[in-house]
Amino acid sequence: MADASSEPVYQTDALIAEDIGAYLELHQNKELLRFITCGSVDDGKSTLIGRLLYDSKMIFEDQLAALEADSAKVGTQGKAIDFALLVDGLAAEREQGITIDVAYRFFATEKRKFIVADTPGHEQYTRNMVTGASTADLAVILVDARKGVLVQTRRHSYLAHLIGIRHLVLAVNKMDLVDYDHLTFEQIVADYREFATSIGIAEVTAIPISGFKGDNITSAPSTNTPWYSGPSLIEHLEAVEIESTAAQARPFRMPVQWVNRPNLDFRGFAGLIAGGSVKPGDTVRVVPSGKTSTVKSIVTFDGDLDEAAAGQSVTLTLADEIDCSRGDVIAVADNPPQNADQFEATLVWMSDDALIPGRGYWLKLATQTVSATVAEPKYEVNVNTMEHLAAKTLELNSIGVVEVTTDKPVTFEPYADSRELGGFILVDKLTNATVAAGMIHFSLRRAQNVHWQALEISREAHAALKGQKPAVLWFTGLSGSGKSTIANLVEKKLHAAGRHTFLLDGDNVRHRLNKDLGFTEADRIENIRRVGEVARLMADAGLVVLTAFISPFRAERELVRSMLPEGEFIEIFVDTPLEVAESRDVKGLYKKARAGELKNFTGLDSPYERPEDPEIRVDTTRMTAEAAAELIVERLLGTWTPDL
Amino acid sequence: MHRLTHLDRLEAESIHIMREVVAETQNPVMLYSVGKDSAVMLHLARKAFYPAPPPFPLLHVDTTWKFRDMYALRDKAAKAAGMELIVYHNPEAMERGINPFDHGPLHTDMWKTEGLKQALDKHGFDAAFGGARRDEEKSRAKERIFSFRTATHGWDPKNQRPELWNLYNARKNKGESIRVFPISNWTELDIWQYIMKEGIEIVPLYMAAPRPTVERDGLLLMVDDERFPLLPGETPQMRSIRFRTLGCYPLTGAIESEAATLPEVVQEMLLTTTSERQGRAIDKDAGGAGMEKKKQEGYF
Repeated sequence: MADASSEPVYQTDALIAEDIGAYLELHQNKELLRFITCGSVDDGKSTLIGRLLYDSKMIFEDQLAALEADSAKVGTQGKAIDFALLVDGLAAEREQGITIDVAYRFFATEKRKFIVADTPGHEQYTRNMVTGASTADLAVILVDARKGVLVQTRRHSYLAHLIGIRHLVLAVNKMDLVDYDHLTFEQIVADYREFATSIGIAEVTAIPISGFKGDNITSAPSTNTPWYSGPSLIEHLEAVEIESTAAQARPFRMPVQWVNRPNLDFRGFAGLIAGGSVKPGDTVRVVPSGKTSTVKSIVTFDGDLDEAAAGQSVTLTLADEIDCSRGDVIAVADNPPQNADQFEATLVWMSDDALIPGRGYWLKLATQTVSATVAEPKYEVNVNTMEHLAAKTLELNSIGVVEVTTDKPVTFEPYADSRELGGFILVDKLTNATVAAGMIHFSLRRAQNVHWQALEISREAHAALKGQKPAVLWFTGLSGSGKSTIANLVEKKLHAAGRHTFLLDGDNVRHRLNKDLGFTEADRIENIRRVGEVARLMADAGLVVLTAFISPFRAERELVRSMLPEGEFIEIFVDTPLEVAESRDVKGLYKKARAGELKNFTGLDSPYERPEDPEIRVDTTRMTAEAAAELIVERLLGTWTPDL
Repeated sequence: MHRLTHLDRLEAESIHIMREVVAETQNPVMLYSVGKDSAVMLHLARKAFYPAPPPFPLLHVDTTWKFRDMYALRDKAAKAAGMELIVYHNPEAMERGINPFDHGPLHTDMWKTEGLKQALDKHGFDAAFGGARRDEEKSRAKERIFSFRTATHGWDPKNQRPELWNLYNARKNKGESIRVFPISNWTELDIWQYIMKEGIEIVPLYMAAPRPTVERDGLLLMVDDERFPLLPGETPQMRSIRFRTLGCYPLTGAIESEAATLPEVVQEMLLTTTSERQGRAIDKDAGGAGMEKKKQEGYF
């Protein structure tokens, strides 16, 4: 049994003094464990960290002298050293007496090195805890023995579990203030286990400690807790499995960070291996292109490697000249990660500005950055009770389950399988602030197991054979504005000029491809999405596609624009004022709508969002359909001049 | 199973950070102070981009008051890495002859703080690597790896972006620049071990040797050149000394030591009882919050 006040057991002064070579050898081969400490205000978290640093000789004499002076001045421990002052860094916090941001601390024992993320227990700082936990292998949840399991305890445990920490330590602190009472400890542990099991936490190690006095910190059991038979906090930290070691057992994945091309003879793909291991000769697949090759070499400054594994930053060269750039993932060929442009995820909102459903945010996942929108949350989680609540948005520090849609597919894995390919951040496009952290559950399309088949005949080849540049001419405007009429005339003229064209007309598409869709907002969006997809396929085949749809919403038109290569989407605004279109009323629809027989009619009870910056605008009050078609064709074939 | 040591993991993390900066910023630069941390950072950069040389220049914001050994190693190391070396002197400080003997805190402010701002603005660098570590000082412990500076190079500790996993948001607002600290998570011992393991060349002043010194205001200062003004009655004495950190020679206190080899230095460091920055006059201005205040003003 160790006395709480005895010297810490992991002092290595003797070895350092006698055989520095042996000590360095020992230290050089230590592993690294990252953990997080979480507790409520006054649970003694900073004191515990101060104690760990003190016991591992990470506090020097001059720091200690400053600490003693500070302790006497503002400390809360009377004449004794207030370890909390050592770790509460920023000036403002020292005055408030609480930690308010994430701070990182370092210490080492005989067996391991540790990085501690010190995060606040204060109510409004969920975001800091999630940040600190995102890189941790283990979480120490502190509970004040006098107070037991509190609302905050549950919240911290839920967050640690949410962020995927598999090793939880319940540190029942301030045991000295309850006379080291065994029953008090057991009662708290029982309360905690009941809660932990209810939210799916499988493994919990409970340890009775006193950060202030030092009981069960370095060795166990302390003379004050003879009834305790488990490990000390340090012993436990030295023994748990490290996440990056676990990651090596997974299939190989390396997100490409940077393509290294110092000269024409060398083309290497640099990245941090996220999972598994790789050897020269392994068959790999580049996702999302789907192309395969074999690994030629693993290049490092210290020479080529025979093997590399998760956690290492390397540069790979491949046997074949295939397309591969930043954002791609090099993966084991027969078990690559999925691609999807829609998935369900948990979001932790981290900004004062609440989530705006439907707004575009930048989404960064591994080395990919895409534009993404978030739907209205399915539900929000009350982090204190774990209840699911209805929510229209997510505010600072709230957590919700949402559907995320990206403008192009991202390569990912569920967060439960890979933090590296399942965790993402959202960035506000205007302020550039990091507004949310996300964890992917699964993709929402059946496409999740369909990999892109790399096509032998490229879209460039299709276009070249037809001798033209593909394009999508997107006619938009009110019902009766003259879209179909003008589009028809344009197609005839392009056809006569030897262009390969195809016209997708709104009414015709609704008779066949989209006959299952109505006119609700959701159906209208799906209508345009399908038309956009068909137009894209036709453009891939090298055609000049013309579409004539009201397409009233800017967002949908921009969605189709984003599906196509730069410059191939040509928005043509057939600008006809409502009164003119209504007076024409070729199909008698305005009359019906005015009579209340048609709901959601664009221009009347459903809005039309005018294009802000269309490629071409034609004013049908000032020119005939024929003249408008002429202008469009001239513009397209490059013969148009502003003087006309 | 590939067992990675803490040094393996720190190295991989630093390399990952450097590659992200090169991929996501337009005009990065590496601040190079010739100290041991800079030496490790430069070595990591060479590893990150091998076989290419690091695709950015080195910037030394010079005060003209560094140790002579530092200038020698600076030029040699830049050449070995195949990198362009930019040396910047604040012209106003030069003109006014600002020096640590006559100008006190103004010396650091003009040469280093102002000099750094001027150099970054002059070249339009939008990201600057720095060799600061979180274990050095309390306010450093809370700083992000990607740390944003306003157009006037100020730091707002209350308004830092959360950094999750290894995802760094490098998007800047107009006028902002980024300080990036790729060795944030290294400790002093890690730095020494890595220097030994990798055989990285460092300034010889880190190792003990007989050198001319005077004792002043509780600091043991080395008389590195003839510009050192001796007070009446002062005569330089040869002492076996070494330095734990290197800055401007008149501001950097030496320690008496016999540790002439790297293992001996580490041994002495581990058995010592004063912290690394203790020999630096700079941290002690403005009470305990000295460094935090300097950073808000734009000091690196």
